[in-house]
Amino acid sequence: MRNAFVDELISRAEQDESIILVVGDLGYGVVEPFARRFPKRFFNAGVAEQNMMGLSAGLASEGFHVFAYSIANFPTFRCAEQIRNDIDYHKLPVTIVAVGGGLAYGNLGYSHHAVQDYALLRSMPNLLIASPGDPMEVKACMRYLFDHPQPSYLRLGKAGEPCIHESVPIVSPGKWLTIYKAENSKKIFLTTGATLATVNALLVDGTMDSAWSLSSLPLWGMKYKSDQIRQASSYDEVRAVEDHLVDAGFGSWLLEATSKDPSVVSKIKLFGLDSNVCGMVGKQSTLNNLGGLSKETLCKQ
Amino acid sequence: MRNTQALSKSIRQHALRMVHRAKASHIASALSIADILGVLYGRILNVDPQNPQLNLRDRFILSKGHSCVAVYAALAECGFFDVKLLDSYGDDFSWLMNHISHHVPGVELSTGSLGHGLPFGVGKALAAQIRDESWRTVVLLSDGEMDEGSNWEALMFASHHKLNKLVAIIDYNKLQSLDTIENTLNLEPLVDKLSAFGCKVVEIDGHDHEQLAHALMNIDTQKPLAVIAHTTKGKGVSFMEGRIEWHYKNPNDEQMALAIAELEGSHA
Repeated sequence: MRNAFVDELISRAEQDESIILVVGDLGYGVVEPFARRFPKRFFNAGVAEQNMMGLSAGLASEGFHVFAYSIANFPTFRCAEQIRNDIDYHKLPVTIVAVGGGLAYGNLGYSHHAVQDYALLRSMPNLLIASPGDPMEVKACMRYLFDHPQPSYLRLGKAGEPCIHESVPIVSPGKWLTIYKAENSKKIFLTTGATLATVNALLVDGTMDSAWSLSSLPLWGMKYKSDQIRQASSYDEVRAVEDHLVDAGFGSWLLEATSKDPSVVSKIKLFGLDSNVCGMVGKQSTLNNLGGLSKETLCKQ
Repeated sequence: MRNTQALSKSIRQHALRMVHRAKASHIASALSIADILGVLYGRILNVDPQNPQLNLRDRFILSKGHSCVAVYAALAECGFFDVKLLDSYGDDFSWLMNHISHHVPGVELSTGSLGHGLPFGVGKALAAQIRDESWRTVVLLSDGEMDEGSNWEALMFASHHKLNKLVAIIDYNKLQSLDTIENTLNLEPLVDKLSAFGCKVVEIDGHDHEQLAHALMNIDTQKPLAVIAHTTKGKGVSFMEGRIEWHYKNPNDEQMALAIAELEGSHA
């Protein structure tokens, strides 16, 4: 995903001089092509996230679309108030980019586990969350953000994720993106972020019966709740899947978005991480399994 | 260019009336910066009240957002909006909120949480440098605010990138919210610290308009400018000067009358 990110960024920056990349002394092996191609629009802010986010807001206030890139919780929790006051409140076009969403850096320990980021960022009234599920969705989300610069959070995995889509889809905030539509389907998985690949694998290998449909929702946030009841109401069961703590995450957002219609709420089941993963170390797949995203749990009838 | 002494006096009068009427706090912090603002808006800043978003304007950021009444007063006096609107300060739904608001014409950034203005100003100064434009970014900070690590992060970046159009003015009135700077977290040796972080440092009397003007016209070819303005918190009202309690206290009617009378009697 991170390579799709930098490729797409370079491609757009060729035509759009407002694009700036600021990094927090991270991005080895990823950001160099951008830095070489656009040395005047690349800044390493050093290991200083508060200033990185504050200066990104300042640049954005002068008409730049700033991508502020770092790992896991560093560009979010460390500088949460800069995001809240400087970026979100002033509605400035800064796209906060975090690599290592969820438990992608599982072995690196709790400091590097981004499993509360949705909770923080979905509490920002003007902020759009972009949580792509594969490299194609990364490009799709970025194209949307280029065309609609705004306070935003782009949550990436790391490298090597499989492409689920054959081409770059068109994405829109709050709109479920069809991956697989079963005939007369009444049951659907709705994923955000990297769990797209996890659930897709269950459908592809036949673990899950073919009555299930699959959609992803890569763009969402506080402002984009309005159309969720309509989209959910055509199903008998909606399984919302995320690699984030169940608390205050994507599924919780979906429940809030549908809360005015109890008949819809009752169809939604949440599949996210349990707090027992907090503090554990291991491979992403190991921790996801432990936390509640195992094949068995997801397939449970 | 206008009479900066008269402007500073008006700022003090407005600030007192606004804070008194709204029963608000922070009058002493506002009085502390009235001279700095008088010189900035009277002589230094290139801003156009008729066109607050002018591309090549100087950008002024009040990082100590709690002193907003002084800036609202300066902006109104300069014609950014009607002076009468100052009376709405503190009212329900007023856009003149009690920490500075970017919804007010001429205000670049809403602050209120300390340590935000300088990093934001660094971004603006960097934007000017990228575009090779000559406007300046002036950030006014409190002394207590220098406790915030984000300011020192910002200074490292600013000096590394030679943002010589960035000016940080520190309102050094030596008082924080509960006690003196010295008894809270000592800032000294402040000149040495700012110099070590790569700034050109000028130390002045923050109530002396000539010194202020001279310092603020000083542009280094490479370094960001840090102006340490030695000030008196509550300046201009004798019973507020140097008194901790006027960070939060609000003047009663009698104190208000005394304060206004003192200002009326002052030269300018």
